[in-house]
Amino acid sequence: MLRVKPRYATVSPPAGRQEGGGWSKCPRCGEIRLDGELEKFLKVCPKCGYHYRLGARERLQITLDEGSFCEWDGDMEPVNPFGCPAYAEKLALAQKESGLREAVITGEGEICGHRVAVAAMDSRFIMGSMGVVVGEKITRALERAAEKRLPLVVFCASGGARMQEGVFSLMQMAKTCAAVNAFAREGLLYISVLTDPTTGGVSASFAFLGDIILAEPGALIGFAGPRVIEQTIRQKLPEGFQRAEFLRQHGMIDEVVPRSQLKPVLARILALHAGEARV
Amino acid sequence: MNYDFEQPILELEERIAALESFAREKEIDLSQEINHLKARAEELKKKIYSQLSPWQKLLIARHPARPNLRDYVSLLFTDFFELHGDRCAGDDPAVLGGIARFRNRPVTVIGHLKGHDTRENLACNFGMAHPEGYRKALRLMRQAEKFCRPVITFIDTPGAYPGIGAEERGQACAIARCLAGMLELKTPVISVILGEGGSGGALAFAAADRILMQEHAIFSVISPEAYASILWQDPARGREAAEKMKITAQDLLAYRLIDEVIPEPLGGAHRNAGEAARLLGEALERHLNEVTGLPIRELLARRQERFRRLSPRVFL
Repeated sequence: MLRVKPRYATVSPPAGRQEGGGWSKCPRCGEIRLDGELEKFLKVCPKCGYHYRLGARERLQITLDEGSFCEWDGDMEPVNPFGCPAYAEKLALAQKESGLREAVITGEGEICGHRVAVAAMDSRFIMGSMGVVVGEKITRALERAAEKRLPLVVFCASGGARMQEGVFSLMQMAKTCAAVNAFAREGLLYISVLTDPTTGGVSASFAFLGDIILAEPGALIGFAGPRVIEQTIRQKLPEGFQRAEFLRQHGMIDEVVPRSQLKPVLARILALHAGEARV
Repeated sequence: MNYDFEQPILELEERIAALESFAREKEIDLSQEINHLKARAEELKKKIYSQLSPWQKLLIARHPARPNLRDYVSLLFTDFFELHGDRCAGDDPAVLGGIARFRNRPVTVIGHLKGHDTRENLACNFGMAHPEGYRKALRLMRQAEKFCRPVITFIDTPGAYPGIGAEERGQACAIARCLAGMLELKTPVISVILGEGGSGGALAFAAADRILMQEHAIFSVISPEAYASILWQDPARGREAAEKMKITAQDLLAYRLIDEVIPEPLGGAHRNAGEAARLLGEALERHLNEVTGLPIRELLARRQERFRRLSPRVFL
């Protein structure tokens, strides 16, 4: 097919064309940027500091030392416990759109030379929800990290339990909590990084059980989603409610760390825990 | 309060009552017809209540007259002494906890409390707990561990409360800690789902050695109305959601997610609280005897294994 070369580049989006086709508009300050440009700033708006959501692969790429990542359980496919056709379709679509098999990638790699086990969730995959396979991959990451005596860093991004898998997904909360307990008994370090969004069954299980809990600026973090709360109490929620800074202020997390600082901060914490753990 | 699906039973019962009063007035013997109708009513009840749809079970599970935790505390336990507070911020009236005696054995009782009417429900927040409730529960579990008392938890909640204060005070964290703490509690734990077990707020009390469910209780990842609202943007399709979600005690037993279904009196626990308590007590005692006989180390290994085995392999 022949493609007509544009005679000049436009900074503002051409009328009628969808956002996402090479440009995006900052949801906070409205600044428009071309995609390549935003990546240079780790997907943080250079004007207002808004942290765009990162996919799991992007997250691993900006966090781990180049070429150090080795994936675990990368071939695990989602399950459909009740054989629901609509869910099967949804899974297929999510896989196609995200290029992922499930909502979390796990494995091991290095952060500034510190060997770690790592899990990164991806909110583009059915809102990062935790079904049987997400629960299993997190659990296996904890188990394998314990075997290899590695610290674990989990980047949470999830709306909660995967509703389509019913009580099986609810039970993953208990499964991952038990795995965190076993990991903790080994005296190993678990750092939980809460990114936008971390709510529901994920926040109410392994996400809030980290030895150290960090969060990215502006990340939505809570148990109930803001819409559910608004519908329940029938009033507008205060500005900044359930955001990372709010949680920090209420004593729920250890620190809010901007994306550009995250890798050095993780490296510093890892260094402070280096050496064989005492059991 | 009655439901649509109970209408045929009610009509038959009205006819029986009318016939009885007619027979008394006219002083004629209609006992044969009356007994015949009574037998038919009994048959009809059995038929209707054994074929309830998930949505109909949900309605029974939410019936305002369904015995709540306070009813079972007085029917099943003696010497109950309520313990209050989380030792951090407050006391959550949606979670009832205390020490008591169950058939001569000291136990710790913890559970969600629902009310029978609006006034009671306002007082206990419809059984929707705040972080203080989960912290109180964990505190009482640790206390039970110290004194080697079994813990019996009762689940009856639409979910943890979604409110500003609850979020400010760490709802997610409180649930996570309760769940994680319960999983490694060095004392036997038995959970009973009494009515509605909704979402993480219910699961927080269910990380137990045995999970029992009453016949018409339900246990779900989220309420069917919320499921419909989130997946289909239409909360009115709750009935349809309930049919899809596999939330009944019978379904969950078939999936081996729970250990036993405790029968209820015909028509539901609210028709005969005493009988419901008797059936519940019988099952509780049996399971308590089994779990208290196990060495703690083995008990803990099994408790963790019951959740660990919920892996994709289950579906292959």
